[in-house]
Amino acid sequence: MAEAIMNTITKPRQGAWTGKRIALIVGLLLAVVIVPIAFQGFQELSFFVRVLAIAAIYVILALGLNIVTGYAGLLNFGYAAFYAMGAYASVVVGNLVIDMIAKIGNVGLREFLTGSTWIAMLPVAAVVAALAGLALGAPVLRLRGDYLAIVTLGFGEIVRLLAVNDFLGLTRGAMGVSTTQVNPVGLTWLQDNARLTFGGFDFMFSVNLYWYFAAVAIIIFTIFVIRRLDDSRLGRSWVAMREDEIAAESVGVNVMTAKLWAFALGAMFGGLAGVIFANSQGFVSPESFIFMESAMIVSMVVLGGMGSIPGVIVGALLLAGIPEVISGVAQSPLLSGLISAETASSISSYRYLAFGLLMVVMMAVRPQGMIPSKRRAQELQPDDMRIVEDEDQSSWTVEHGARHDL
Amino acid sequence: MSLVEAINTTMQFGGLKAVNELNMHIEEGEIVALIGPNGAGKTTFFNMLTGIYKPTSGELTFAGGSVAGKKAHQICRLGIARTFQNIRLFSNMTTLENVMVGRHTRSKAGPWQAVLRSPGFKREEKATVDAAYQRLQFVGLASSANELAKNLPYGAQRRLEIARALATDPKLLLLDEPAAGMNPQESAELTKLVGRIRKSGVTVLLIEHDMKVVMDIADRIYVLDFGELIAEGKPEEIQKNPKVIEAYLGVGAEAMLAQA
Repeated sequence: MAEAIMNTITKPRQGAWTGKRIALIVGLLLAVVIVPIAFQGFQELSFFVRVLAIAAIYVILALGLNIVTGYAGLLNFGYAAFYAMGAYASVVVGNLVIDMIAKIGNVGLREFLTGSTWIAMLPVAAVVAALAGLALGAPVLRLRGDYLAIVTLGFGEIVRLLAVNDFLGLTRGAMGVSTTQVNPVGLTWLQDNARLTFGGFDFMFSVNLYWYFAAVAIIIFTIFVIRRLDDSRLGRSWVAMREDEIAAESVGVNVMTAKLWAFALGAMFGGLAGVIFANSQGFVSPESFIFMESAMIVSMVVLGGMGSIPGVIVGALLLAGIPEVISGVAQSPLLSGLISAETASSISSYRYLAFGLLMVVMMAVRPQGMIPSKRRAQELQPDDMRIVEDEDQSSWTVEHGARHDL
Repeated sequence: MSLVEAINTTMQFGGLKAVNELNMHIEEGEIVALIGPNGAGKTTFFNMLTGIYKPTSGELTFAGGSVAGKKAHQICRLGIARTFQNIRLFSNMTTLENVMVGRHTRSKAGPWQAVLRSPGFKREEKATVDAAYQRLQFVGLASSANELAKNLPYGAQRRLEIARALATDPKLLLLDEPAAGMNPQESAELTKLVGRIRKSGVTVLLIEHDMKVVMDIADRIYVLDFGELIAEGKPEEIQKNPKVIEAYLGVGAEAMLAQA
């Protein structure tokens, strides 16, 4: 009997392989692969590939923050710090490794190894970012709400300022650090062999396309890990903690540990995004990790739908994609008739105003986000649940007099 | 050695002594009731036993070890589980999931095993579901396993909280007003449930206002008023105790009752 129950619960979430589901996944995969290739083939549209690559990196960031905010329910306004750490670690350590490899005589082996360095930097960045996540999480565990937001914001700024001030002589301040120029593994082969020309369509595998697919691979990995965590002892303890921290603690959940795991795991994905960013851009500077970045990532998660993977992905694609598209369109020869460069740049400068308005409107009209996770939508049900909760709160306060720290 | 021993246990909030030099003990296998008017300090005592408050002074031991200053989840691991006066379920989780969270201390799979889906992880998940389902059967909620906790009727929610507490495999179960808001039929069912809990080897300490329930199941009763112990003994003795009557009904009530 318990088997039957377990199947009912776990099946929908672990993905019953229904025809509909398979069709959806295949469709998505095709879109993810075919669309950018199509863009790459048309010279006027090829800049879109870079847009997609950038948007894909933000998808990773949003998914990572989703673990901290959406699942564990902890605010983090300094998420860009982990992004920064991953990026800087990837460049600094990567350059060191490439220098060492340069001493190898065999040209073929040397090129393969230097090209693969970015892959080796993924676990390095993951560890660095995860440790940073623990370093941030440990002292802030007891904080709630606004206080947590302020402290995490501070942490984000601390990391950025350390970078600006040439931390340990590694980050070179505002000048930034460049990656040693190497061809990422496989790119030359792809550029030589993956070509397709017919009519107006001239496809050659580009660097942007390479990093786009690299980011997509990380996205798939991220989703895989998150879904498995969700349906586990840790995932349940996160939901319990979000629902009622005191009850969770009384029932044996070590809330502090659960929060630390959320911080560390969430940070780890930020680090991975940093590796892709650093290598695709070839250059890392503190400018890329200002508070606005962290705020944007939070917006992506909240607007897209906290706790919901598809929601967060859509949020990231829209919020990262649209500004890039606007500025790209202004530069594109195809569409320059539609929007002049001046219009495009003035749209860009009103971007923050637009974000602010969008946030206010969404919170008023649809706080659960565009594609809400089912749980969160229920949690945000107004009125009757809130009344019950208020009564709960006031009885507790009356029973125990003044509020006490737990 | 008593399962629970409180020696001059005191909880002071500023100038207020919510619990004042309480001396009490609970032996294994007993069902002990803690009664008294509202604000007497009963839930405060529960909170001290479960690590939500740290006693200001005095001793409070469980199975020979002090619980003062231990964290709530550590105490749960040691073997004390509780329910709450105002039901604190995980509303947006299903009934089964609520109880599965109760298995948290009795399982150990971490994130690595979860991501790798190791055979150990799968075994543990199945065991968790089985154990949770078993507890639901014990309290009579098996048919609601996939319902959201917040959609359950009130009486079922109370029983769910008990099932969740039982899932932690406690030696001692603290029930905070389990019969609150129940009609006589539900209270009778609850009395039977507590009896079954005792038979399964769990010691019970309950706070309760429903005197019928208390008299039916308690082996011994402690009476608190304004944080102090005013009476203790068997149910029959407590019923006739003048101090207890006064505490509940006011000074002079005993005389009034004697006249009636």
